[in-house]
Amino acid sequence: MTKADLADRLYEKIGLPKKEATAIVETLFDSMKNILSEGESIKITGFGTFLVRKKGSRKGRNPKTGTELEIEQRKVVTFKPSLQFKALVEKV
Amino acid sequence: MTKSELIEKISEKVDGLSKKQTEVIVETIFESIKESLAKGGKVEIRGFGNFRLRSRNARKARNPKTGEAVDVPPKKVPYFKVGKELREMVNRSL
Repeated sequence: MTKADLADRLYEKIGLPKKEATAIVETLFDSMKNILSEGESIKITGFGTFLVRKKGSRKGRNPKTGTELEIEQRKVVTFKPSLQFKALVEKV
Repeated sequence: MTKSELIEKISEKVDGLSKKQTEVIVETIFESIKESLAKGGKVEIRGFGNFRLRSRNARKARNPKTGEAVDVPPKKVPYFKVGKELREMVNRSL
């Protein structure tokens, strides 16, 4: 399923015209990207939480050459699904 | 940020949509993602990330209260892999 399919679902389920549906799907994910970029987490009740976590710098190795290198500090986005979401897919 | 704050932000950005309408739309989008995964499908949001299921093996666990061994059956869990664009955006502010 892609963004286009999500827009189709909006049309099928609530009759939202395709053009508007496409625009709002884009707006939703763009907004979420911007919020997360500012380092803020997003909690979607019934779905899950998107968290921005800071990872400290650490020493790593180039797996091909074996040379040691410094992996710089960075931020990562993680998703923690809600209990409801987990229960829904557990037995798939 | 919570879902209702997110909904407010989006209704401000999209002309001609009330907060209530936006709420129904946003709920429908997240419901559709859950339904797709519940059917064993995956959802690919370019630039944001992909949602799919991951398998967890069966394992033995212990009831922490009684110490009794219990079998935990294999199961599926939702998994999100962050997209390239979002991964880069998040690190731009460092």
